[in-house]
Amino acid sequence: MSAAAQARAPQGAPVASRLRHWAERNSWTLALLGLFAGILLLTYLIQPTYGAPQLQGLAVGAMPLAMAAVAQAIVVISGGIDLSIGSMMALSSVTAAVLMKDQPEAFAIPVVLGVLLLGVILGIINGALIVITRVPDIVVTLAMSFVWAGVALVVLASPGGGSAEWLTGMVKGPLGPDFLPRALVVLLIIVGVIWIPLRRSTAGLSLYAIGSNRLAAFRSGVSVGRTKVFAYMLGGLFSAFGGLALTATTGIGTPVPGAYTLLGVAAVVLGGVSLAGGRGGVAGPIVAVFVLALVRTDLTLLGVNSNISTVIQGAILIGVVMFGSFLTMRQART
Amino acid sequence: MPEMLLEATGVAKRYGAVAALRDASLSVRAGEVHALMGANGAGKSTLVKILTGAVHPDSGSILVQGTSFMAKSPAEARRGGIVSVYQEPAVIPDLDIRSNLRLTDTPVEPFRHWLQELGIGDLDLSELARDLPLATLRVIDLARALAIEPHVLMLDEMTAALPADLTERVLHVIGNQRGSDRCIIFISHRLIEIAAVCDRATVLREGATVGVVDINEGSEERIVALMLGERAAKSEAQMVARAGSGPSVEATTPRLAARELAVGGRLHDVSFELRAGEVLGVAALEGQGQDELFDILAGARRPDSGEVLVNGAPVSFRHPADAIKAGVVYVPADRAEALLMQRSIRENVALPYIAGFRNWGPIRMSAERTKVNAAIAQLQIDTRAASEVRQLSGGNQQKVTIARWVAGGVETMLCFDPTRGIDIGTKQQIYELVRELAAAGAAVLFYTSELKEIQLACDRAIVIFNGRIVAEIPVEEADEPTLLRAAYDLPKDVLMPEELAAEEVASDHATALPAAVVAPTDPADPGPQVSA
Repeated sequence: MSAAAQARAPQGAPVASRLRHWAERNSWTLALLGLFAGILLLTYLIQPTYGAPQLQGLAVGAMPLAMAAVAQAIVVISGGIDLSIGSMMALSSVTAAVLMKDQPEAFAIPVVLGVLLLGVILGIINGALIVITRVPDIVVTLAMSFVWAGVALVVLASPGGGSAEWLTGMVKGPLGPDFLPRALVVLLIIVGVIWIPLRRSTAGLSLYAIGSNRLAAFRSGVSVGRTKVFAYMLGGLFSAFGGLALTATTGIGTPVPGAYTLLGVAAVVLGGVSLAGGRGGVAGPIVAVFVLALVRTDLTLLGVNSNISTVIQGAILIGVVMFGSFLTMRQART
Repeated sequence: MPEMLLEATGVAKRYGAVAALRDASLSVRAGEVHALMGANGAGKSTLVKILTGAVHPDSGSILVQGTSFMAKSPAEARRGGIVSVYQEPAVIPDLDIRSNLRLTDTPVEPFRHWLQELGIGDLDLSELARDLPLATLRVIDLARALAIEPHVLMLDEMTAALPADLTERVLHVIGNQRGSDRCIIFISHRLIEIAAVCDRATVLREGATVGVVDINEGSEERIVALMLGERAAKSEAQMVARAGSGPSVEATTPRLAARELAVGGRLHDVSFELRAGEVLGVAALEGQGQDELFDILAGARRPDSGEVLVNGAPVSFRHPADAIKAGVVYVPADRAEALLMQRSIRENVALPYIAGFRNWGPIRMSAERTKVNAAIAQLQIDTRAASEVRQLSGGNQQKVTIARWVAGGVETMLCFDPTRGIDIGTKQQIYELVRELAAAGAAVLFYTSELKEIQLACDRAIVIFNGRIVAEIPVEEADEPTLLRAAYDLPKDVLMPEELAAEEVASDHATALPAAVVAPTDPADPGPQVSA
């Protein structure tokens, strides 16, 4: 199995060689984790009382955006872009909230499954429209973002509805030790259970293949159209998770989408996913979401005007990505 | 007569007004290596795409082992045992090799076996495809195709721009497939390779099959005659008549001079002079530093040390625009690097002159048109598909690249393997064009991966090995054996190592494959590091 590594591994054992490869491939995510740790340290310096409850709040607040970032990352890896993620989240959120309001706890289980199915269907509609009509991704998903946003308002005209206790309980509070937020664990489990097996499957490889080089993928026998629909389907599924996370964390349904679509794109870029497709993963964007959220917290703690902190967030985004490509270029030159 | 493994008859395909194939037929026996020949634009690529299911024909029938087989996609053709290896490898750059194998359901052990056969058995499968050199990727693509034991294997310009040692191994492996139960359809512009490994050749011209030739002594003439059709059948590209006896203006300052150029570990102490009216050939094996040299001269990269002089004055190019302003223009091997594929011939030719920021405001259309038309006429560009350059054949695209510089009155032209993947007729036109430009006072630096082109187009040649200029050879002596010896950095009067001599014999006589094995090289460094 490790014949490959043995064949050329003057560096040592196959395990070491694999570890080196792994670290090389994930260097961006590892660096982001380092950045997150640094900012966390900074947070303690600014506010020595920052502790477990605040961390839990951070995770709860970041969970919907993290789902949006994962949805966007999958679509972008496959060479597309989905501008309807925010609207799909809103539609999922209000559908769940309306159906769960004043219903018995057990009824929420089929509701959650139904909403996830709804997300899958919305995603398939997006993908199928792109493949069949050959209208560019950005146009189709922009148009569909209006459609889903409108439908969400039809379902629920103003914030309302409700959430099952157990659903809210799933994201609030710690799990085991105080500093381990439950929302984070749930997020990682959901993403991990879906993404890790997928990445190792032919379907997952096909996502990277069509994003990396469509012609080569086609010639390798990958069905480009089907894979594209699959990518948007996953985007829809994670948008539905995001919508459920919104309902669970706020306890109500919100028909007007927040800035999740574009913040998701920002997290994807910051998370080391190439907008040209084919490169990156979902771990980077998730870390990026937490970095963005913590930076915002710090700016609030420092008493910076919230409008100014938006400006600063934008500047950080450009700065980090620029620094990253600068490093990549230097590496390529040597 | 043995049963035909693959039989295609009456295949036709139109793209809008352009008939890519009119009436193509192809019959291949099991155990045969069969050449598919034709000038650029004759329809070879279209036929291959139809056979592999990438394109659907308008009419015609395809039989595999006697039963009708019309693949609807490459995946289906693959399952039916028909696989193709293209000029651009079908390897996903962002996946490692192991994932690439899994994507195509390729068994790993046979793949390793074929890698071994092809001389890169020490490849690390967890390497990302984008980190590997193109030549290695092509070999990987071939090994991957062989690993699934196909009935029909198609190789489309597989050996174009492969370094000599890998070409050797590839041809050796292909030759060994003769007599097996599969067949190989081999497309190459290099007649020498055809003669070395193929049994028969089918010749296409203008979308129709015009003949099937048994490969033997003297069949090259016949193939070329069939390919060229009623056009004067030149047996091979001919030596172009030179204007006068080369540049006689030794005293004048050189048009372009390099002084001790160096780049990292890739280029050391490179100095030469290029004078007006001269075509200076550059010969080198793959990856000896010629890419870096041309990048520096074209302004795409800055040297670590050394300087470039234009007309005797030192220059420092920060950008290709600086080089163009100084009259130094670049013609790359890859047309996609130079052309706006979706735009018209006219816009492509005029681009360098309208891109200058100095002429804000309206483009002077009539003046532009006159220049562009003159250039198109001079280069005999086929203008049937004038609205989008990507519809042109490779040879015509290359002519558009050259035409843009001719239109502006070229002073110094850097040609980097300008005839790569181009048919013989167009190659000949490009040699003639280069000589005409030189006669009109231009200076041309001409790198080529086909060593015999040096004598066809150049006045003298420099040879680069391992980043250094190791020889300067006058054109009379710059025949293929001499250049090859110099390119391997072997002293002229010393006998070559046996395996290299064998290779040279093979390329001279093109009758048999060398039995000797060229030492496999590290895939990360494709340049043959043969020490004398």
